[in-house]
Amino acid sequence: MSQKILTRMGDGERLAMDAQEIRDDIRRGTAEAARRAGVPELTEAEQEELFAILAEPGRIVSVEPGREVIVTDDGCSMSFYSGQDGGGVGAPLSRLQAVLTYERACGADTTSMGHSDYSYKPVKPIINFEANDYYNISQVTTAPFLYGAQPNMGLYFQPDGPCANAAELMPLGKIDEARAAQEEACEHLRRDLVFVGRRLAEVGLEGLNFDTCGSAGDADYLAALQAVEELKKDLPDLPIIMGGAGEFVLGMHGGVEYQGRRLAGLYPHEQVKVAEAAGVDIYGVAVSTATTESVAWNLARAVTFVKAASEASSIPVHANVGMGVCGVPMMEQPPIDAVTRVSKALVQIGKADGL
Amino acid sequence: MHTAHIMASCMGGIRTAGDLVAWMQLTRRMKIHEAKRYVAEKLGVDVFELTDEEIMREIRKDLGLGTVTSIAGSPKGIRAKWRIAELLGVPIRSVQLFRSQLGI
Repeated sequence: MSQKILTRMGDGERLAMDAQEIRDDIRRGTAEAARRAGVPELTEAEQEELFAILAEPGRIVSVEPGREVIVTDDGCSMSFYSGQDGGGVGAPLSRLQAVLTYERACGADTTSMGHSDYSYKPVKPIINFEANDYYNISQVTTAPFLYGAQPNMGLYFQPDGPCANAAELMPLGKIDEARAAQEEACEHLRRDLVFVGRRLAEVGLEGLNFDTCGSAGDADYLAALQAVEELKKDLPDLPIIMGGAGEFVLGMHGGVEYQGRRLAGLYPHEQVKVAEAAGVDIYGVAVSTATTESVAWNLARAVTFVKAASEASSIPVHANVGMGVCGVPMMEQPPIDAVTRVSKALVQIGKADGL
Repeated sequence: MHTAHIMASCMGGIRTAGDLVAWMQLTRRMKIHEAKRYVAEKLGVDVFELTDEEIMREIRKDLGLGTVTSIAGSPKGIRAKWRIAELLGVPIRSVQLFRSQLGI
């Protein structure tokens, strides 16, 4: 009988590891996260609990009864009808059919819809179409029905947008110009996020999701925070979810601040505090999966970040668990043995309020 | 992948009380344990029973909160959400719009 434990690499490749190798990777993963974020490592007992989850002999695992959490989503119903680029299976369903299937056949806690591009900028010119679909679907759904997309500030730079391209200016040493371009793009983005939120609010929007905030850096993250604050002034009863793009806010600008707090370099336990101050109702922690490390290493690292964020936060913390996030292997079709172990560990050890 | 997370960790949506607990996180910023306690108290059940299909099925049917299988003549969609908003005492914006259209 082999003493090896079946597990995965961060790119999904299956491998068999010794128990000691897995324990070593857990120790290295939690130490790496703790060192980077300045948060505590997982305790010996927590590391052993994580090992037990990874070593469970079953093909899939689950949380213990009574420890279930809320699973929100980022346009999961779109995966029914979209194609490969959206992780979709290409079933010929309308948006309405897909949302109801997700709610009723899958038993999801929340449902959502979004533009196929999954960015806010392209929503603006078709806002009436989106509002019409949102309104019609919201009349027949029972579970919370959200509208979501990514701020995606990159779309505001030339040649796709009006602002000078910061990523082209920086290598030329034009740092001030690059920063000015990002500040200009941030302002365009903030206005678009507020525009879409307000328009959908007119048709009974039940919740808005700013997903993957900061993908273009700290100015992108700032625009989302400012948009939340502005929307909440007019619409205090509009629930808003905000999710990060990685374990720390990229300092593409480096100098932007929100309420006196520099955003570049914020880790999840700090991100939740600025999100909370802006008026966010649920915060989604994202931690990038390293493809060259094992799931044990990646998951120990992600659980360490998520646990610190959950303990620091007064609002619900949901761990983002899409492809290549929070320990889920970075591949188009993540294996369910790894996915369910990530799910269980983030809830039971990471103390996430949801996924 | 979504289904794997639902099977591993999810409360179960309208199969059980997942949507009700989700409303509390969204509208009152409640962490998971507080949200579960609040909903359990409103339903008059133990927290542990919130994810028990055998118990929640009857409660949802009796209170008109919407059931996962389609019962002809039973509230679903916006009418179920109206009842959920009243039961939990939270604002659901689609329900508020619907009520305003009815002049209520």
